[in-house]
Amino acid sequence: MIRISSIVFALLLVAIFIALLGLNPMGVYSSMLKGAFGSAYSIRETIIKAIPLAITALGISVAFKMQFWNIGGEGQIIMGAFLSSYFALRFPELNSFLLLSIMALAGIIGGAIWAYIPAILKCKYGTNETIVTLMMNYIALKFITYLQYGPWKDPNAQGFPKISNFSENAILPDVFGINIGWIITIVLIIFMYIFMNYTKKGYEIAVLGESEKTALYAGINIKSTIVISMLLSGGLCGLAGMIQASAVSNTLSVQVSGGIGYTAIIVAWLSNLSSPLILMVSILFAALLEGGSFIQTAFGIPESVASIIQASILFFVLGSEFFIKYKLVKNNTSTLKEVA
Amino acid sequence: MEKNIPYIQVEDITKAFGKVIANNNVNLTVYGGEIHSLLGENGAGKSTLVNMLSGVYTPDSGSIYIHGKKINFTSPKDAINSGIGMIYQHFKLVDNMSAEENMIIGQNTGIFVNKKKIRNKLFDICSKYGIDIDLKKKICNMSVGEKQIVEILKVLYRGADILILDEPTTVFTPQEAEKLFNIMFKMKENGCAIIFISHKMDEVMKVSDRITILRKGETIETVNKYETSPEKLAELMVGKQVNLSIKRSKIDMGEEIIKVNNLTVKNEEAIEVIKGVTFNIHRGEVLGIAGIAGSGQKEICEAITGIQAIEQGEIIFQGENIVGKTPREIIKKGVSMSFVPEDRLGMGLVGAMDMVDNLLLKSYHNEKGVLLNKKPTAKRAKEIKENLSILTPDIHYPIKNLSGGNIQKILLGRELDSNPNLLIMAYPVRGLDINTCYTIYNLIDDERKKGVAILYIGEDLDALMQLCDRILVICDGKITGELKASEATKEKIGLLMGGKSEEREESSVV
Repeated sequence: MIRISSIVFALLLVAIFIALLGLNPMGVYSSMLKGAFGSAYSIRETIIKAIPLAITALGISVAFKMQFWNIGGEGQIIMGAFLSSYFALRFPELNSFLLLSIMALAGIIGGAIWAYIPAILKCKYGTNETIVTLMMNYIALKFITYLQYGPWKDPNAQGFPKISNFSENAILPDVFGINIGWIITIVLIIFMYIFMNYTKKGYEIAVLGESEKTALYAGINIKSTIVISMLLSGGLCGLAGMIQASAVSNTLSVQVSGGIGYTAIIVAWLSNLSSPLILMVSILFAALLEGGSFIQTAFGIPESVASIIQASILFFVLGSEFFIKYKLVKNNTSTLKEVA
Repeated sequence: MEKNIPYIQVEDITKAFGKVIANNNVNLTVYGGEIHSLLGENGAGKSTLVNMLSGVYTPDSGSIYIHGKKINFTSPKDAINSGIGMIYQHFKLVDNMSAEENMIIGQNTGIFVNKKKIRNKLFDICSKYGIDIDLKKKICNMSVGEKQIVEILKVLYRGADILILDEPTTVFTPQEAEKLFNIMFKMKENGCAIIFISHKMDEVMKVSDRITILRKGETIETVNKYETSPEKLAELMVGKQVNLSIKRSKIDMGEEIIKVNNLTVKNEEAIEVIKGVTFNIHRGEVLGIAGIAGSGQKEICEAITGIQAIEQGEIIFQGENIVGKTPREIIKKGVSMSFVPEDRLGMGLVGAMDMVDNLLLKSYHNEKGVLLNKKPTAKRAKEIKENLSILTPDIHYPIKNLSGGNIQKILLGRELDSNPNLLIMAYPVRGLDINTCYTIYNLIDDERKKGVAILYIGEDLDALMQLCDRILVICDGKITGELKASEATKEKIGLLMGGKSEEREESSVV
């Protein structure tokens, strides 16, 4: 109820803003919708944007469930993309199926390594994972910048700082006009749903997230649980990076993650860390992005206006979470008080 | 005694939380110069009632008169201004300030503090009520008893003439409780009205003038102390006759199950919290540990179950040293611990999870393969719910929304279900009402009959003496004495709890 009214409020506020710009709010809204779902093409584009969001959000939600604040989705995506690109550029002539499999594996390993470092630091020295994962994003980003401007610069790009494009063999095939990533996403959603709800490890992660003391008491090996779930978390992010590099940009560049690692945190949070909801929320988010870029061209408004619209909606939705949570807590204490 | 105008008069107060009616037409009259006890089971509405008197909650209907004047509190501040001082179970003091500074904060409206004036006023209050405390001492260096006195001093300083004490003696030694009662009596002489909430029947009988019994949100009766008895009170509370003696079956002790030898444990700050503790427990024996809260009880439990690292010493469980084994290996050997911390959910249970997931906690790793099968556990959850009459809307309901007693029953139900060899129970009846307490005492006795060795850590010395075979008293991480339950008295235990050491009788350590 609160969530819905918050969206209504956001839309109203943004409508005033649009009207101030001299545009018809209803027109803008309807064309945003049209831009996201209006044609077969726009639906495809929306889904393509939703794929990496959903996979990354899945990865992040594993860590969040454990209350391990992995802010490093961005870096893990980049490192996954990097390692898979290494194979794509090194063995362009390899059989497509084999090469893509290697690339996917490399993507998972790349992301997992990047997530393993903060996990092991936390286990060994008790470092703060939020800061470490965040910092490692920048290391990853600068590393790719270095590659792009230095050793991996395409000699055929006439001095333009870009890494050469992948060969045909290193590009994920399309199914129904959308890259095969959507099938991977659905499989992963189901897999993660089962993992979190019906396996011992998933159960251990949930217990550990609720209370470390209880986990210890139940005999859960805390360090190995942290490491395993972070490997999984980073691996998923890395896979998202591989899909982005292979199917969307067809090369490695500094824009390969484009903030997905951060947006996915919001997606994971709004979905309450539940896999099926992640799928829905990712699509809605992608629609917001896609619709936003559509109105730029349709109405000739600057990009920043589209961003403001997106941001306001987000702000309200996230703001409403506070009220939902706040009310929950308040009820809890009062019921506890009176029953006790 | 000023009998004309009651200090507090509560008329037909009703308060509901959602569908649950916590107070239904409650009436209460408290006069000046009177100690008035509120008695009732958990959920009877005592806390709700006093929280309305202290302005935390506002009543849905009904009226409150203070000194004959109808009032309408909208915040705790209003209540303080009307002269009502509430002492909560959890102290609201600033740890790294002195007692004196704690009086001042949140009080003065000017920039400068006239310490001398304040100090004189405090001395006056102290001598008037016979309070003996070092005002310069920092709160963090005080015992719980002293902290409580500071709290009382604080409300008196603010001019309260009505004092509400919500289960004040839960973590006290008998001597500390005695001190508190003396202050209460002094206040009574000076015409204050005191509302006293306690689960301990003997305390209620000792201090009160009149007693009001609440049951299921309604006032049942207000009785004069001299016209009643503990049995009568218990009956009024529960609504049926209850037996106030703890069952202790006579059984022969079996072989030694566990022997703890010279155990030393350091906490995170590398301070020794257990200093060379030695004891043993046999089959069919209940060993009690008495001590002021925080004297090392928790660390002993955690050391045995492998959660706490051990500095020195050995723990021989059924002939095998279990020091250095992982918690899981120790669980598999049949050591079971149910530790009920102050917040009830700190260790052993996961609040956000339902009953089934919580029961899985100790047994899930015995399932084969990577997948979890929750069906058998769901069946067990239903059985445990029936056997221990746990009140929950559903076994799939998050347990943090249940009342404390039910949460504790779930914890105990799971631990007993694992058929342990050694059962460690720390504060299993913490904050529970009489009926549930006795259910749990009976469960402990049943385990004893099965030949389980039990380590029982408790707060209520009466129960400890009735339930246990032997009682160890610890103070500051050291064992200060060991008594046979038959020879123990509250005074003896109390002195030992305070640190007065006694030569351990060699014969008792077998």
